Amino acid sequence: MVQPDMLDQPGRDGPPPAAGAPSGRAMRLGRRFAGVALSLVLTLLGLLLVTFVIGRIMPIDPVLKVVGERATQAQYDAAYQAMGLDKPIWQQFLRYMAEVLRGDFGRSISTGHAVAQDLRRVFPATLELATLGTMIGVLVGVPLGVVAAARRGGWIDQVARVVALVGYSMPIFWLGLMGLLLFYGILGWVGGPGRQGIVYDGMVPTVTGLILVDSLVAGDWAAFRDAFSHIVLPAGLLGYFSLAYISRMTRSFMLEQLSAEYVVTARVKGLSERRVIWGHAFRNILVPLVTVIALSFGSLLEGSVLTEIVFSWPGIGQYITKALLAGDMNAVLGGTVVVGTCFVALNLLSDILYRLLDPRAT
Amino acid sequence: MQNRFPLRALMLASAVALAPAGAAWAETPADTLVIAHQIDDIISLDPGQSFEFSGQDVVRNLYDRLVDIDPLDLAAGIKPSLAESWEVSEDGKTITLTMREGVKFHSGNPVRAEDAAWSLQRAVKLNKSPAFILNQFGFTAENVDERVTFDGNRLVLQLDQPYAQSYVLNCLASEVGSVVDKETVMAHAEGEDFGNAWLSTNDAGSGPFTLATWRPNEAVQLTANPDYWQGAPALARVIVRHVQESSAQRLLLEQGDVDVARNLTPTDVEGIAGNDRLKVMDELRGRILYMGLSQKDPLLSRPEMVEAMKYLIDYAGMESSFLKGQWKVHQNFLPEGYLGASDENPWTHDIEKARQILTDAGITSGTVRTIVRDIREYVDAAQTLQAAMAQVGLTLEIQQMTGAQVLDAYRARQVPVFIGEWGPDYADPHTNASTFAHNPNNADDAGLSQLAWRNSWAVPDEMNRAVEAATLEGDTDKRVQMYLDIQSQYREIAPIIPMFQKIEQVAMQQNVQNWTSGGSVSSVLYRQVTKE
Amino acid sequence: MTRTTRAWLLSDAPQTRRQARLGALYQGWLTFRANRLAMVGLAILVLLVLVAGFAPWIAPQNPYAQNLAQRLQPPSAQHWLGTDALGRDILSRLIFGSRITLFIVGTVALIAPVIGLFVGTVAGFAGGWVDQVLMRITDIFLAFPKLILALAFVAALGPGIGNAVLALAITSWPPYARLARAETLTIRRADYIAAARLQGAGPLRLLIGHVWPLCVSSLIVRVALDMAGIILSAAGLGFLGLGAQPPMPEWGAMISDGRSYILDFWWVAAMPGLAIFVVSLAFNLLGDGLRDVLDPRGGRE
Repeated sequence: MVQPDMLDQPGRDGPPPAAGAPSGRAMRLGRRFAGVALSLVLTLLGLLLVTFVIGRIMPIDPVLKVVGERATQAQYDAAYQAMGLDKPIWQQFLRYMAEVLRGDFGRSISTGHAVAQDLRRVFPATLELATLGTMIGVLVGVPLGVVAAARRGGWIDQVARVVALVGYSMPIFWLGLMGLLLFYGILGWVGGPGRQGIVYDGMVPTVTGLILVDSLVAGDWAAFRDAFSHIVLPAGLLGYFSLAYISRMTRSFMLEQLSAEYVVTARVKGLSERRVIWGHAFRNILVPLVTVIALSFGSLLEGSVLTEIVFSWPGIGQYITKALLAGDMNAVLGGTVVVGTCFVALNLLSDILYRLLDPRAT
Repeated sequence: MQNRFPLRALMLASAVALAPAGAAWAETPADTLVIAHQIDDIISLDPGQSFEFSGQDVVRNLYDRLVDIDPLDLAAGIKPSLAESWEVSEDGKTITLTMREGVKFHSGNPVRAEDAAWSLQRAVKLNKSPAFILNQFGFTAENVDERVTFDGNRLVLQLDQPYAQSYVLNCLASEVGSVVDKETVMAHAEGEDFGNAWLSTNDAGSGPFTLATWRPNEAVQLTANPDYWQGAPALARVIVRHVQESSAQRLLLEQGDVDVARNLTPTDVEGIAGNDRLKVMDELRGRILYMGLSQKDPLLSRPEMVEAMKYLIDYAGMESSFLKGQWKVHQNFLPEGYLGASDENPWTHDIEKARQILTDAGITSGTVRTIVRDIREYVDAAQTLQAAMAQVGLTLEIQQMTGAQVLDAYRARQVPVFIGEWGPDYADPHTNASTFAHNPNNADDAGLSQLAWRNSWAVPDEMNRAVEAATLEGDTDKRVQMYLDIQSQYREIAPIIPMFQKIEQVAMQQNVQNWTSGGSVSSVLYRQVTKE
Repeated sequence: MTRTTRAWLLSDAPQTRRQARLGALYQGWLTFRANRLAMVGLAILVLLVLVAGFAPWIAPQNPYAQNLAQRLQPPSAQHWLGTDALGRDILSRLIFGSRITLFIVGTVALIAPVIGLFVGTVAGFAGGWVDQVLMRITDIFLAFPKLILALAFVAALGPGIGNAVLALAITSWPPYARLARAETLTIRRADYIAAARLQGAGPLRLLIGHVWPLCVSSLIVRVALDMAGIILSAAGLGFLGLGAQPPMPEWGAMISDGRSYILDFWWVAAMPGLAIFVVSLAFNLLGDGLRDVLDPRGGRE
């Protein structure tokens, strides 16, 4: 259900920044950087505050998870105080902020581990999946979108449209379970649920937490093949959803360019269709396209809870959801900070690319 | 189900056409037992804190207790373990246990009476969820250092009442009675936590397995302890993988990627029936599926209403459909396998009788609310009840919530109709008697944890006293009779209605031998499991 | 429609403002009608509305009637789409469920874009610190894991289909706000806005009278394209047990129920899945068609 957000089109967002005189440029850049940094900090701070408030107003009692079903009122009260819940909210928030600044996300009550330790484990799992998924989405989606636009109304366009529509409209858990049944249960082409086969579990030393990378670092080809066979199906599934989005957006950007005057001029000048499309029009859609890809990547980094459940994938989506339902706010806050930071960073990156690539913004 | 659409057959046919090699059937390593299970409930592996089903499964295999129950020989009852023998004083209030010599913790430290005493003191002082099991004998954080002492290789427990020996030993055999390695744990203590933070994710036991890793919501890995005093386990490694979905567990099992799958739904169990590489083991567990009717509700507090509800439940219908093979009708609060259990199941689904009872009492309409946890069986049971109640003019409003929210409302005595499970805390009948049939204070602010209190049921004094007396009865036969009497009276009047007892259906490869989930009184044990 | 009306609508020189507007609408309709796929989408949705409206008369059986003896029956003459785990007729449940689907879609489509439109246009039109503050808030909501936000809202408000829908609406406005702001920024400096301002129109009037109408078209397109996502999100909440309450036949909850039977009794999950698919598809087709009509930048030939 965490589908790429098709409404977002920051490529069109805001007017291109005005060109400045060279003399004031360094200063302006510096100021812009400070502005970006400030807004980044503000966004993160706001994110934390909102999460914190949600945690406190939510009628899920975190103490229950700690003391369990059989606790007496006295045990409950003791735990309530130990968790600092008797203090006013603002004090709790300040205390939490002070701890976060020291790099301490606290301990998760639903896993018994330090939140930072949990995140180091679950985030790479999601990152690996999201990266591969986005790669599939880009490698297939972009060419598909370009060709669909170039041959508008042709059969490729129709196929691309159907592929995308199906991608938008399929419940992911249904597709996931069916995929498992067919490719794993019946054909045996891919690995089953989980990140690794049992034989390889814990065999590759953890460096990055990305098993594909770690097994390559260790030079363990068998482990790499095993990990790949496990990731290919869920990544393919996420890739399909991201493909649907990316191909539609690519097509729409391309159509806009192809109807522009310079394309007409280029055609009149007798440039080959190939050069018109790839050399001119495509180059011009790079900027919004990068933004779209970054956003789609960002939404996959949130972790697709349903995909993770179906494929027993120990990712951040499942982690945060489970924590939330248990009222485990340390874990939720930590997870939100990581996801939020990624989002802000991706936003920033596409912003920089915007300025670098866009011919109008010098 | 014979006439279902041949989807799998169709897919299989296309698969054969597509894949010349066909599906490869994997096999797990010969010295490793791989289990697919839902283990996301574990929040701690500290025996002084662990109180979740899957957490106890792990703790049981990492630690030894003073006395224990052998899951493969449940009839034998309590057996010596780290304590070789024990004796009870004349007045029945002092128990002296003699420790076995030569047993070592995983760290290499010897297991001493000092460790045993410290473990019990620690559990009481930590005062986490399972502490009440020990506190029943009069221990408190203040007095436990005097009440639990050691002398050489002897451990001395001083109780506040002459409790039945079986009762005390049954409690010591529960996970909270595990003996932990004092030196190792204290080396990791932070402040006043008795090493709780460290022990939550590490092990300091003497049991048949050591903890290799625990990755929450992902996997638990155990490694065999080759020097185990009762002999090294047959298998070198046990890996428990968290697999949420039954379908996924089944696929893993069918592909040979796991040896055991523990959370298959009834339909998935049926689905693998024809597979001759697999087998299914049924094991009666201690959990009771019950319905609580809050006596705060004006309608539900009428005795006729309680009586009618007992006839509105479609016991047989549920048992043969969505609960098939995994729950059996059981209308008593003591599960089969417990001392004093009763097998009398007097109620059947009888709409006419229920209607008669209600009409005689002048009840022809009414609305009640139920808050159920978002677990398939509970929601289906609630819907079945909803349909039955509709037939006699009653409306049941179903509200589905997450576990934490339901518990929150239940603790606040705000659930009119509760449908859910109760799992016994230790192997003695008092564990269920004390919660279903005991409520010393029915006041709103009493803040008790008994089910009777949560359903606002003022248990008659006579029954309260009977439950208390049963813990002091030294003669086991008399004790059994006392529980049978309590249950017989309970069936007449109680608004908390036991309906089913859990049967765990464990699906496994044919070569897995000696599996046990722990029966109704214990948890899983891996030591004796072999693969041929 | 008579020839004269048609001519009046398509007139090159409309006499009144009303004629011009209606003419533009009619032009749009003609473009839309030429798009066969979009028409298919529209037809499906009209059908959906009819089915929802006449559910009690169309449904062959009571959607709540249980029969444990008849559970998990495959599609047959008696139960066209089979029965579910409690022996209820899946077709009847789907038919009644269409009402819930329409409710979800309708409510979210009303709330989210309106909040987004308001926030986005105000931010874009006012500029300065108002813009900064509003956009920071939007960013915070955007950076928040969406499902988590929705879950938190549902948990806070209590489970139930109404609250689930509200949560979805509250979490899905930020992208609309961004879109509306972008549109506003391009409109803001347009000559006719300056002209209106010179005529003494206040900022509120400019916003409501001149900015909003221009933003609405692109928002409508996005909403239509986004509908599929909303149905699926509601289904996702149902999957986690936080959507519709039993025994409501919400499609997402039905799939979620059916997933435990997916390996042997595929129709229990597949039928509602198919229903969601068809309706989502219809919304997407409609959205595509609308884009061609309303959003000229989508490229019209």
